[in-house]
Amino acid sequence: MSNLLSPEELKRYSRHITIPEFGVAGQEKLKQAKVLVIGSGGLGSPLLLYLAAAGVGHIGIVDFDTVDDSNLQRQVLFTVDDVGLPKAEIAEQRLQALNPFIKVTVYNTALTSENALDIISEYDVVADGTDNFPTRYLVNDACVIAGKVNVYASIFRFEGQASVFNYLNQDGTRGPNYRDMFPEPPPPGLVPNCAEGGVLGVLPGIVGSIQAAEVVKVITGVGEPLVGRLFTIDVASFETRTLKIRKTDVQIKELIDYDEFCGLKEEKKAIKEISVQEFESWKNLKKDFHVIDVREPYEYEISNLGAELIPLGEITNHLDKIPRDKKVVVHCKMGGRSAKAIEALEAAYPFDNLYNLKGGILAYAKEIDASLSTY
Amino acid sequence: MAKIIIPSPLRKFTENQSTVVTNGATVQEAILELSEKHQGLKKHILDGESNIRSFIRIYVGDEDINALEKEATSIADDTIISIVPAIAGGSY
Repeated sequence: MSNLLSPEELKRYSRHITIPEFGVAGQEKLKQAKVLVIGSGGLGSPLLLYLAAAGVGHIGIVDFDTVDDSNLQRQVLFTVDDVGLPKAEIAEQRLQALNPFIKVTVYNTALTSENALDIISEYDVVADGTDNFPTRYLVNDACVIAGKVNVYASIFRFEGQASVFNYLNQDGTRGPNYRDMFPEPPPPGLVPNCAEGGVLGVLPGIVGSIQAAEVVKVITGVGEPLVGRLFTIDVASFETRTLKIRKTDVQIKELIDYDEFCGLKEEKKAIKEISVQEFESWKNLKKDFHVIDVREPYEYEISNLGAELIPLGEITNHLDKIPRDKKVVVHCKMGGRSAKAIEALEAAYPFDNLYNLKGGILAYAKEIDASLSTY
Repeated sequence: MAKIIIPSPLRKFTENQSTVVTNGATVQEAILELSEKHQGLKKHILDGESNIRSFIRIYVGDEDINALEKEATSIADDTIISIVPAIAGGSY
């Protein structure tokens, strides 16, 4: 019998309760637990579904994003009907429909250095399912400062990583955290992003489920959580490894400006930008300017603006193709790669006529020409 | 010969091979041999002073080389060296 679980709940969770080391006590711990999931996308979808199904009593969801068609390849919380709607709110509806015995709190906002500690302090365990380095370091540092366990997972193409950071050991010490593994992020130019990266749709399903299992283990004390170890999986080769992580003398005292830490600020400041509306007006006014598309050929095939195609990786080999006597608009899918291209070009030659198309071809399709295919 | 496991983000420099064999006797020799053979890889693994970058970890078996003899860690014929990069997800 249980004081915390109703007869309906005891029935619902009977397959947990039957596991000897889990039992009613394990299920009660889940019911009393408060877990904050940051990001309700690829990793967040399976993670949230399994945590809700497992009976985690209070789940918080942080996500500022809305559902996009291109999310549906992997973000199994959402359907076609949800496109354009806030992810966190749709997630809440799905979870409450799945398990009415739990409480769900939605934060339809980006996690920032200003709000992170306030939000995180309300929870026992944090699960990081974000998709960018600034937020990863923010989540890690906030968990260390607030004394919360950070169940981490990350994915790229065919590869996933998972670990349990900042775990409270029995002797009161804390396990390693993300900065013990990676003290600093890669500079923006050194890792592929957006369409260059890509991810196998089922991969977050695998890795997010592993993350959910670790959350359940941390809460219930069942098994041995991935503390001081990094699990890696490559689903292409099916190589899995569990690597040791050791504590270092890294100190985390306060939250910082994570965009600056990850090298994103300077880039934004230095490059001239043009909005898709201005771009369109230049076209309509028949201004004499040149347009360069730095995406890959397969992306150009999906949709293009009639620009000259020079992929980012080859851009500095084609300095001769960049006009110097008129304005040049550089674009990619979302504006990140074209910013890198402009940086590389300006480093190679003192161009002062390069403009980054803000938001890339996706913004153009959204704001100006809805007939363009998006991806 | 020892085997080096190449992570996804760096495979574009190894003609998409997920593993590369090495004749090196130490981690340093193996990494240098790898980056000489595959142009473009070096700057992703080593900084200007040939130190391993702070967002890359090198493992010999399941142990971080920083807990062994760092770049001087010796490798045997059956050693598996892993290059483990920081990955964040889709956005940046």
